[in-house]
This record gives sequence, C-alpha cells and structure tokens, in this order.
Amino acid sequence: MIGHAFSIFVHLLLVLLLSPLVTGFNRTFKARVQTRRGPGIFQPYRDLYKLLRKGMVIPDTASWIFTATPFVLFVTTLLASLLIPSITARAPMSLFGGVLAVVYLLALGRFFLALGGLDTGSSFGGLGSSREMTISAIAEPALMLAVFTVAIGAGSTNLSNVAQAGLSQSWRFLAPSQMLAFAALFIVLIAETGRIPVDNPATHLELTMIHEAMILEYSGPYLALIEWAAAMKQLVLMTILVNVFFPFGLSPDWSPVPVLISLALFLFKLLPLSIVVALVEVTNAKMRLFRVPELLAIGFVLGALALVSTFLFQG
Amino acid sequence: MWPIRELYSAGLLVYAIAALAGLSAYLRKTHAAWIATLLCYASLTAAALEFVASAGALMAGAEFNWSLPSGIPFVHYGVRLDPLSAFFNLTLSLLGACVAVYSVGYLKHGAAHGRPGLFCCFLNLMLLALTLVFTASNVVFFLIAWELVVVTSYFLVVTDHESAETREGGMLYMLMSRAGTGLMFVGFLLLATAAGSMEFQALHGGGEKLSTGVGAAAFLSLFFGFGVKAGIIPLHIWLPAAHPVAPSNVSALMSGIVIKTGIYGMARVFFDFYGDTPVWAGMLVLVAGVVSALLGVLYALMEHDLKRLLAYHSIENIGIILMGFGSALLFRSFGHPQLAALALVAGLFHTLNHGVFKCLLFLGAGSILQGAGTRNMEEMGGLIRRMPRTALFFLIGAIAISGLPPLNGFVSEWFTYQGLLAGFGATPTLTRMAFPIAGALLALTAALAATCFVKAFGITFLALPRSENAERASESPISMQIGMAGLAATCVALGLGATWFIPVFAPITQHAFGVQITGQLVAGNGLLLTAGSVHNGSVSPLVLAIALVGLAGVPLAMWFALGRKSPRTIGPTWDCGLPGLTAANEYTATAFSKPLRMIFAALFRPRREIQAEFDVSPYYPTAIRFASEIQPAFETHIYEPLRVSILAIAARMRKIQTGSIHAYLAYIFVTLILLLIFGVRE
Repeated sequence: MIGHAFSIFVHLLLVLLLSPLVTGFNRTFKARVQTRRGPGIFQPYRDLYKLLRKGMVIPDTASWIFTATPFVLFVTTLLASLLIPSITARAPMSLFGGVLAVVYLLALGRFFLALGGLDTGSSFGGLGSSREMTISAIAEPALMLAVFTVAIGAGSTNLSNVAQAGLSQSWRFLAPSQMLAFAALFIVLIAETGRIPVDNPATHLELTMIHEAMILEYSGPYLALIEWAAAMKQLVLMTILVNVFFPFGLSPDWSPVPVLISLALFLFKLLPLSIVVALVEVTNAKMRLFRVPELLAIGFVLGALALVSTFLFQG
Repeated sequence: MWPIRELYSAGLLVYAIAALAGLSAYLRKTHAAWIATLLCYASLTAAALEFVASAGALMAGAEFNWSLPSGIPFVHYGVRLDPLSAFFNLTLSLLGACVAVYSVGYLKHGAAHGRPGLFCCFLNLMLLALTLVFTASNVVFFLIAWELVVVTSYFLVVTDHESAETREGGMLYMLMSRAGTGLMFVGFLLLATAAGSMEFQALHGGGEKLSTGVGAAAFLSLFFGFGVKAGIIPLHIWLPAAHPVAPSNVSALMSGIVIKTGIYGMARVFFDFYGDTPVWAGMLVLVAGVVSALLGVLYALMEHDLKRLLAYHSIENIGIILMGFGSALLFRSFGHPQLAALALVAGLFHTLNHGVFKCLLFLGAGSILQGAGTRNMEEMGGLIRRMPRTALFFLIGAIAISGLPPLNGFVSEWFTYQGLLAGFGATPTLTRMAFPIAGALLALTAALAATCFVKAFGITFLALPRSENAERASESPISMQIGMAGLAATCVALGLGATWFIPVFAPITQHAFGVQITGQLVAGNGLLLTAGSVHNGSVSPLVLAIALVGLAGVPLAMWFALGRKSPRTIGPTWDCGLPGLTAANEYTATAFSKPLRMIFAALFRPRREIQAEFDVSPYYPTAIRFASEIQPAFETHIYEPLRVSILAIAARMRKIQTGSIHAYLAYIFVTLILLLIFGVRE
C-alpha cells in the first residue's frame, strides 16, 4: 500500500515537473532551427510561476462552468498520466483504467474546456470550442484504430500489459502493424496537442487560432492550470508513443538502479520524438481548417493498414 | 423472497384504475388540475410496485408464469417474468416513476391542454401496455399489448393536436408503426407455424426448426419490424418527427422506453427464439448498428431544435445497442458463448443507461421549454443562471450520453468496445476486420456525440440569453426537479456502482447462451470491471472518480500556496474594443456545427441563401437575410418516391372500389369460394 502511494507520488511529480520542460525544449529547439535565440528551455516554469501568483479577471457573463473547467482539465489529464507506464513497466493505476480510460479522461477534460470557451459569450470562445471539438472528433477514428492495433497485438487494453508484451519480445516494434500504428498515433499527437500544421500554439490571430481562442478569457492561476494541463497532455500522448511502442528499459520494480536507468532512457526516448515534432512544426505551414480532415484521413488509413497487417502477419 | 406475483398484479391494477379514473373524470368534464396530480401519484405507486416485483424476479433469477384463458383459440392472457422481461420491466418502472413525479409539476402548466383526465388516462394506459409488452408470454397477447402501446402513445403524442406539425408527426408515427407491425406479423406467423404454438416458451430455439430460406425471411421481417420501432436507419424517419411535438414527459418515455420495445423484441427473437443464426444475420445487425449510430449523431449535430436533436441521439444510441447485439450474434455463430455474453451485457446495459439519460435529457428539455418557451436553441442562452438546477441535471445527462467517465454511458460503451476488440481474435478471415472498423466508427460516434452535447449544453445554458423569453426564464417547480434528480442520481449510481449492478445480467446470459459471464466481468473485490479477465483489460469508474476528486488537491494546493492573495476581479468579456458584448456576438448552434457540416458536405448537401438589401452601394447593406438548410437524404431519396408510388397504386386500386354494395358482395363471394378451394384441398 505504501509502495503504491509512493509510486503514485513519484509519477505525479514526474509528470508535473517534466511536462513544462518538454514544452520549453520544443519552443527553444524550434527557435534555434529558425536561427532565433529562444527563451530558454526553463521559461515555461517561470511563466507558470508568474501566472499562478497573478490576479485574474473573470468575465461577467461566465458561470461556475468557467471556474470548474481549469480544475477538471488539470485533474483529468493528471489522472490519465497515472494510467500509462513511464518509469516502471507497471503504471501505478493502470489496473483501474486502460487505454480506453485514457482516451475518455482526456475527452472529459476537453468537454469542459469547450464549455469553458462557450461560457464567456465571446465569438472567439465559440470559434475555438467548435474547431477543437471538430478536430478531436475526426481524429478519434485514427486514434482508436491505432489503439486497437496495439491492444489486439498485446491481447489487453491495459497499457502496463501492452508494455510488458513489448518487453518480452524486444523486436516487436519492427512489426509492420506496430510501425503503422505508431505513424497513425503520431499524426493524432500533432492534431491533439494543437501543433502546426493543425493549430498554431503561438498565434493570436483570430482566424487561425483554435486552442488559444478557447482559452482567450482565462488569466492568472486559471490560465496557468490550463497551460500546465496542455503541457501534461502532450507528455501523456508522447509517453504512450515512446513507452508503449518502445518499452525497453522500463524498470520491473522500484529498486533504485533500474529506476534511474529507466528514467534516463525515458528522457532519452522523449528527446528524438520532441525533435521530430519540432521539425514538423518548423518545416510546415499551418493548414486551412478544412484541409485538416485530409491529414487525419491519412492517419485513419495508416491505422486501418496497421490492422490489416496484424491480420496478415499474425494470422 | 417477496410476493412477486402479487406485487406485479397490484401494479397493473393500479395502472388500470388510474386510467379508468382519468377517463371518467374526462367524461364528467372535470378538468381540475388536482386530477392530474392524483393520477400521477397513482402512476408512481404502480411503477414502484412493478419496480419491486421486477427487482425481485431478477434477484430470484427464476421464471414466473401466470395466465388467464380468453375463450378465443390460440389466445390466452399469459404473462411471464423471465429474467429478460424482468430487466426491461425494471427499466420501464424506473423511468415511469421518475416521469410520474416530474409530470406532477409539468402538467400544472397546461401541458395536458385542458384535459388532464384524458391525458393521465392515456399515460397510465400506455405504462400498463408497456408492462404487458415486456411480460406477455403469448404471441397474440404480445401483439395486442404492442398495438395498445402504439395507440395510447399516438394519442399522447398528438396532445397538442391544434398544431399541424403535431398532427403530421403523429400520423407518420402511426403509419410507420403499422408497417412495422405488419412485418412483425409475418415473422411471428412463420415462427409460430413451425413451432405449432403461439407460446413464447414453445418458440424457444424455434428458429432452427425453419428451413434456411424461411428462417431468414422470419429473421429479416422481425428485425426490420422491430427496427421500425427502435428507429434504426433507414426506418427512423418517424422518430425526429414525433418525439419533438409530444409533451416532454411523453417524449421522455417515448425515447426512454417505447423505442426500447423494439430492442426488447429483438433481444427476444435473437437470443431466445433463435438458438443460432447465420453469420450474415449478425453482420447485418452490426452494420445496421454502425450506420444508425453514425448517421444518427451526424443528423443530431445539424439540429438546433433541442428536442429533435435529442430524438436523433436516440437513433445513435439504438445503433450502439445494436453493435452489442450484432457482436453477440456473431460470437454465437462462431461458437464463443463467453464473448457473446459479454457483448449482450454491453447491449442490454446500454439499453438501460440510454433509457435513463435520454429520459433525463428530455425532461430537462421540457423544463427549458416551460421556462423559456422555446425548443429553438438559437433563442436560448444564459439559462444556467436562471435555471441552475435544471442546468446541473442536464449537464449530468450530457456527460453520461457522451460516454465520458465516470458515469453510466462510459461503462456500457467500454463493454461495447471490449466486445468489438475481442472480435478480432475470435472470428475467422475477413469477418474479423469488421470489428475494429466498427470500433473506430463507434469512437467517431462517441466523439461527435460529445461535440453535439457541448453544443446542446453550451448554447442552451451558457453565456448571454439570446431572446427575451430566455432572459425571463425561471426555474421549474420542485416536483419536476425531483423527477430529474432521480434520473441524474441513477446515472451516477449506475456508473460508479456498475460492479454491483452487473450481476443482474447473469440469469439473462445464462438463459441465452448457457454461460454466466458476470462473475468474470467483476473482479478485485467488486472494484474492477473486466473484459472477461483482468488481463484483457479492466476499469473502475469508482476508483477513477475518487482519484479525480483526490487529485483536485494538487491544483487547489498550488492555488492556495501561490495565488490565494492575488486579486480576482469580475470584468467584461473582450469585445474587440467595440462597445459592449451582446448576445449577437455569441456563437450560435448553427455556427458551432458549421465545420462538421462542411466536412460531411457529401452527406448533408448543405444549401444556403443570402439576400442583402442595400440603398446606395452593395458594400453597405441595410438588411441581410440568411437561410441555410441541409438535405434530408432519406426523406428525399427513399420515402418521397415511396409515397409517390403508393399514391399511384392507390389511384389504380380505386377502380375496384366502386362504392356499389353489389360489387362488394361479389368480392366477398369470390374470396369465400377461393378460400374453400384452397382450404379444403388438403
């Protein structure tokens, strides 16, 4: 029981502390590729600290939904992170919800976020909510096909079991079904975390913003919670990509040496993924909203191909 | 065990007495409001009795049979409370009780159109008939009860018969129901002829006694016959026409339980009358489920009439239920009774869950209709401040129907996913590809449903009111709130307490497939729901809910440590520097769903028309008129040609309908001769 609580505590600490760093790395790396200096990879921590201490303005049209949204979003994302193995091969709460619970917890957060956008009564909020819900809805089939491929391959929806299945067959990730599912999930990652070419997290131009439009009225500590939750969501999805498809190095238990190795490998695995995400952002222009379904259709086709190859190569 | 038979009969008796009392009040021209109150409490009493009886029957897990002779051959008034009947009767009485409480307040405000006695007569009669549909054990008696439901619900739907829209909706409902009953007759006759009996018990496994062709014909006619009532696409068109025009407590029962009679019929036929079905049958049901779910939610997204939106969502959820049933049929065909039981549990649990949250949402829509005086979402807004409790209940319903954790919709969709996932490994060759594709489309459906309910809740309840009516809206009376609160609490209880409810399905799966899967679906001292085994996947809505509450400590602690002392001001929303934000700045329901209308333009074929009036230059319009519509594909491409050809045939038939009594006597004589020839031939 104490071991369990300890495991939950470490995971919480990891996801809370690491997620701003991933965001900071992404921003700085992009800046360097564009031959800018960039703010430094620790800037998000300073931003969050500043926002948490600032005062806030709440729109006079808003109801309790507006207030509840940052908390619901933060908590659902945090809980989703506890269902995914990040340091040890057994995630602290994976028994209480598998990959379907992860997807639906994130959906619960998004549901409230979209309501929070509508609650302000501004056109921006509605615009952002509408686009966010649309894009996440059409990303869902690709996501689910990839998830199904992984779950079928491992015979379980429990992500710890999936990771363990990967650990027992070390070259499993080379199977065509796994590679195709990885590609499908990567496209979903780009769409779900609001990266270029789907959304531009740095813009404040009305016509192009999606996520930023939804949270336009949030300020101070509430904004900090939402920004932090967005960073955590990105880490959650990236953790699925690296630890479910490439689970090697995950520590079987909590003995110190394997855990430290596992942690180092985790960071090492996140690094190339973050670089690829940043490179995709730098080398692409933002798509028109109605081109996004085409990108997600590619994700869907990749997911379907992943299933077909499971069918062909695993009998 | 308690006296199930007595409780069950007492419930029926109370319904009957209440119906008669309502009728006599109407005939004596007594239209006082207290009549409605009294009779609603009578319905509540009856529903409570039925609830206890069904719960007892389910817990005992045994069958109860009684019958009364009728004096007509093949017919007797037989009732049977087997586990499947008891489960549906439990759902019915739960919803009936909540709707009865709600109706006490609802009928005080003119919903009965000045005829409270008659309204309550039909309401009680419909509940009585529904109870009989779920418990009849004889084909003829079942069909009599079925028709009684159609007639009474028709009269309830057309309560507001002064409006042409209501009359048309009611008529369409009646016509489609007739067609459905016709198909059911064919199916039942084929089955009963082979079995040589009209008893449900004799029909058990009767599907195998038929030859392949006849068995297929019976299966198809029963599937589509019940499908009309359930509202599967393309037989759904009556649903969005009839549900919105009915008084909201009636819509709640229609969507919550009346369409579930179709699901009950299918469950009875698929898993009781047929011991096995060919693969195509399961595939047909699965595909019908996927199509209904996806198209249902897509049409719902385009609606800005709140009740029509909810009606389309009923089609969507019937689709999700049928995905469970279809997988169960396929698993049985391929010899996996365990998986079939899992999929059946998913379908049946979703039947109950959909009944509960859809009933809740329709009651919420009724409160809004009474509070704000409109069904049009574009005229609502800001109701969360004026109707805070209704808003909370509606939000719970919206979260539940979107399949989000930890409420009941999530649990049944989770089981449906697990059934579909297992299908890939358990079925041979290309059939297996159908399961994950169906799963992906279920995911799309669920995500679109969440989008639709962000719209339904956000546009209706949040931000500024868009009309004067919405501005003047007020909270509904306490009895209506209690009715909704009961259903909202059920949504939470069935989600968090799913592990304690799942054993209810044990006798049903035992009866259908000879396996009791429910012991394996619950693990970890009643904390975990599993997909057959803990290894395959497990979830615990209760632990997730507790964790969500517990983790709220993290952001609260951070806020307490750092932001507690910082100022918190209320200010205007950013309006781009223009003077004052008005309701005209808000996103509308139509605008909200515009991206999806564009993405699925091939289905919707949207058309819009903009007319601008100007004085001097087209750049300075004085007035702009905007109209936008989507093409109702099924109405235009299937039902319109059908209507035209039926009318053409009817015009030809007119030639033999001369109106002359001699001609009709001749027809009767010829028919008699023919019947004698064919009848005596053997």
